[in-house]
Amino acid sequence: MTTTARLQRRVGFKDAVRHTGIMTQRNNLRLARRPELVLFSTVQPVMFLLLFNYVFGGAINLGAAGTASSDYINWLIPGILVQTAVFGATATALGLTEDLGAGVIDRFRSLPMARSAVLAGRTFADLARNSFVNILMLVVGFLMGWRFEQGALKMVLGVALALLFGYAFSWVMAWIGLAAKTPEAAQSAGFLPIFPLVFMSSVFVPVDSMPTWLQGFAANQPISVLSDTVRSLMIPEPALPIFGLDQSTLIWQSIAWILAIVAVFAPLAVRQYKRTVG
Amino acid sequence: MTAVASHNIVKTFGDIVALDGVSVEFEEGIVYGLLGPNGAGKTTLIRVLATLLKPDSGSATVAGVDVIADPVGARHKIGLAGQSAAVDEFLTGRENVEMVGRLYNLSKEEAKTRATDVLEAINLTDAADRKVGTYSGGMRRRLDLAASMVGRPQILFLDEPTTGIDPGSRLDLWDLIEDLVAGGTTLLLTTQYLDEADRLADRIGVINHGKLIAEGTSNELKDQLGGDVVEIHVDEQDRAAAADVLTGIAGSEPVAERLSLSIPAPEGSKTLTAVVRELDAAAIEPRDIALRKPTLDDVFLTLTGHKAEAKPEEPAETGRRRR
Repeated sequence: MTTTARLQRRVGFKDAVRHTGIMTQRNNLRLARRPELVLFSTVQPVMFLLLFNYVFGGAINLGAAGTASSDYINWLIPGILVQTAVFGATATALGLTEDLGAGVIDRFRSLPMARSAVLAGRTFADLARNSFVNILMLVVGFLMGWRFEQGALKMVLGVALALLFGYAFSWVMAWIGLAAKTPEAAQSAGFLPIFPLVFMSSVFVPVDSMPTWLQGFAANQPISVLSDTVRSLMIPEPALPIFGLDQSTLIWQSIAWILAIVAVFAPLAVRQYKRTVG
Repeated sequence: MTAVASHNIVKTFGDIVALDGVSVEFEEGIVYGLLGPNGAGKTTLIRVLATLLKPDSGSATVAGVDVIADPVGARHKIGLAGQSAAVDEFLTGRENVEMVGRLYNLSKEEAKTRATDVLEAINLTDAADRKVGTYSGGMRRRLDLAASMVGRPQILFLDEPTTGIDPGSRLDLWDLIEDLVAGGTTLLLTTQYLDEADRLADRIGVINHGKLIAEGTSNELKDQLGGDVVEIHVDEQDRAAAADVLTGIAGSEPVAERLSLSIPAPEGSKTLTAVVRELDAAAIEPRDIALRKPTLDDVFLTLTGHKAEAKPEEPAETGRRRR
């Protein structure tokens, strides 16, 4: 433990930042060289958007929340942004397991570079990719009739919160991926917590349409908090407050969740990294 | 100056003792060959010296830097080319090498120049701007070697550089390693191939079951056998009888190759004469009989009681060729 701590200090913060930049660049380059991966990782969220808007959208009763907002698409887009960012975070698990399998991590560990740069470079690259996909979602959403109704600044803040939340989830996925060790296992293990969290949330449907026993959990879990926050930044005031919370409370709650997830899972991921690469 | 010094390194994985008190020491400017079969502990020792693995006990320095107390310092001194070519197949060869250079803290321009140089030294200039995914196994190994050299490390660790590649690429890699060494690079190389250690290494450490069981130059190790070897070739139907005859003379089982049988000949031509006489008495007519210098195969057998195993994919012709 002490050796690792000393070692990280010895590399120096400036070098560590530079190494993280190099690793981020490397991971992005890797992605850019695999157009099929870019294609499928963007087609999937777009498909979600189309399916939910056109197939389920008509059947979803927005209740009170819907009366003020014109269309389901306006209600859906904020949720989809959060869902896309969280799904996108699974790329972190996959990327790390790929590197483990290829023996590339051994090479990195034998170099005089900051060890933290391997994990940080991975999560930043996935943040970049998530940003790209989320912007694409907005473009597709716009073509489908989505409009933001609270001004551009709040819209941008909403997108930024969704992306930061996805970044926080990258650390959860890093932990899971490093524990799972192979891409196949990481793929399944990564979606295990994500599916129930995303579907038992206000991403696609209002929580008050769910059975009462589920509502307490569904309304307060982080993915709902984030969806509601982004929503509050994009759809008009009368649709709020959601669950009796005003916009600034929601924003602070979102930031708290993001920080808490990083605070818990970044150290877990680092510890698992040391264990796995031994 | 001392390149590598390890003292009593012990490393266990659960019940398995991978390294059982290994002490190795050699100076800069030489090639040290660590020779042993699969699972002998070669890779574990390299991983300890390359700061990838902390030993349970013992100490080690590379270029005078303690690998346990100052791993970052040690990493500045070393380059590692591991068993699986650790290169990124979605990047080009040049991008791979440049990235490693920049992680050694070279500036962007330095990394570029240096990458061009090592790619040329390793004969990959033509393929440098192709994705590594299109490279052959031998090319990947060479690229891995280039990446390990880009930071101008004082000591290079090559872990089984030619395992699993075709014989032609193997010879190319040998030439390349010999060029490197001629340029003054210090090398620690592990191998399970006796001919590889024989050809490349100035000094050889024989490792088995986590212990260094012998050390010296190739000739010194051969001398430990106490002299020459008598080798005979017999027809298949005479083989068992001939083995009995040889066992009677040597006092132990002969070394059995596919076509030949051999025993140590401590008394040189007298042993040879004895073999000829006894074979004649047993009415066995050998197809060939010779007194020859021992090979590292013989050394290995004498030291460990079993032959050095070659991996199944290794072509027998290159793995066991006698020189």
